[in-house]
Amino acid sequence: MNSINVQGLSKSFGTVEALKNVTLTIEENKIYGLLGRNGAGKTTLLNSINNRIFPTSGEILFGEKSVIENEDVQRNFFFVGEQLLFPENMNAKKAIRWTKEFYPHFDEDYAKELMSLFEVPIKKKVKSLSTGYKTIFKNIIALSVNVPFVFLDEPVLGLDANHRELFYKALLEKYSNSPSTYVISTHLIEEVANIVEDVIIIKKGEILRAQSRDSLLETGYSVTGMANLVDQFCQDKEVIGLDALGGIKSAYIIGEKPRETVDGLDISTMDLQKLFVKMTNA
Amino acid sequence: MDNYQEKPIFLQIAETIEDGIITGAYPEESQVPSITEFSIIYKINPATANKGVNILVDEGILFKKRGVGMFVAKGAVSQLKQKRKKDFFEVYIERMIKEAKKLGVTSTDIIGMIERGFIDE
Repeated sequence: MNSINVQGLSKSFGTVEALKNVTLTIEENKIYGLLGRNGAGKTTLLNSINNRIFPTSGEILFGEKSVIENEDVQRNFFFVGEQLLFPENMNAKKAIRWTKEFYPHFDEDYAKELMSLFEVPIKKKVKSLSTGYKTIFKNIIALSVNVPFVFLDEPVLGLDANHRELFYKALLEKYSNSPSTYVISTHLIEEVANIVEDVIIIKKGEILRAQSRDSLLETGYSVTGMANLVDQFCQDKEVIGLDALGGIKSAYIIGEKPRETVDGLDISTMDLQKLFVKMTNA
Repeated sequence: MDNYQEKPIFLQIAETIEDGIITGAYPEESQVPSITEFSIIYKINPATANKGVNILVDEGILFKKRGVGMFVAKGAVSQLKQKRKKDFFEVYIERMIKEAKKLGVTSTDIIGMIERGFIDE
């Protein structure tokens, strides 16, 4: 099986550089979290890989082959974005059949099972479903297509807490039973922090981090205590953020967490969301 | 399990299973849930669940039967209790003393509290 190799990818819209020299590998059978602030370039990256837009420069390869304008390669990918790719007047039931035409491994029974689990009104026209149900519908198709690479752009946008939980469980069940790669772009970092294996952080069009979640979490920690003690501790450290409340200060530091305790300081690991926020501020 | 705790999730999974074994929820020689089940229930990546389970496999607490699943080893309960007793000092006593010193609680005070705690239980 092949991985996706993005090499020196840049994309400009007019004078705006949405992606700057992005190099990245997306491996098979892994769940990725694609994290970035609004406008960081997440969707542009996904659109490029899925041949919805043309790169300004650089290459995207699947194995040896370019993914651009290559239908044979694109058959291995499924992308759920904001756009709805179904004919306007189709109801969910018909849309399922329609998808099967394009994706021969599409599991119709499984899709129907999920539709009833999520209580999707399948007789309604897809375009007239509520925002939440439109998203759920697209996610269900994505979980049923059985292609090696699935890209989900904001898959829980507009979903209530119950449906989000149901979606994460369905995703994990599907992934456990028949692994594919899932690249999930989301702002709800806490919710996916334990679900993803690898994390890609994109900031202003550039890749800031692309590594396993576990190794990423080991690269930062926080220190809290009396301001003067914290300042002293931080002297030779790479500080990416500070919070102060009265005489108490917290510093967020990039580096390996010290093994020894320091008197008067509370040293703790950062969770993914905190690390992300501190890394991508400003 | 608390997903927002300090410890890495794979260690929390291992501890959750250990607790299940010690309390008898997963008796010796019985089957424990699969990686997939742990993954779905705790909403964690299967690779993470696997990492947690493998710690216990390496320690001989769990063993895998090919094509069947994972089982609790015979003698796992006493093995785990031994291990937990060893950790007891570090996990509970050291932290307690640190807090006590911060508050000015003496060792005599602490011993008194411990004795009272045992009676109340």
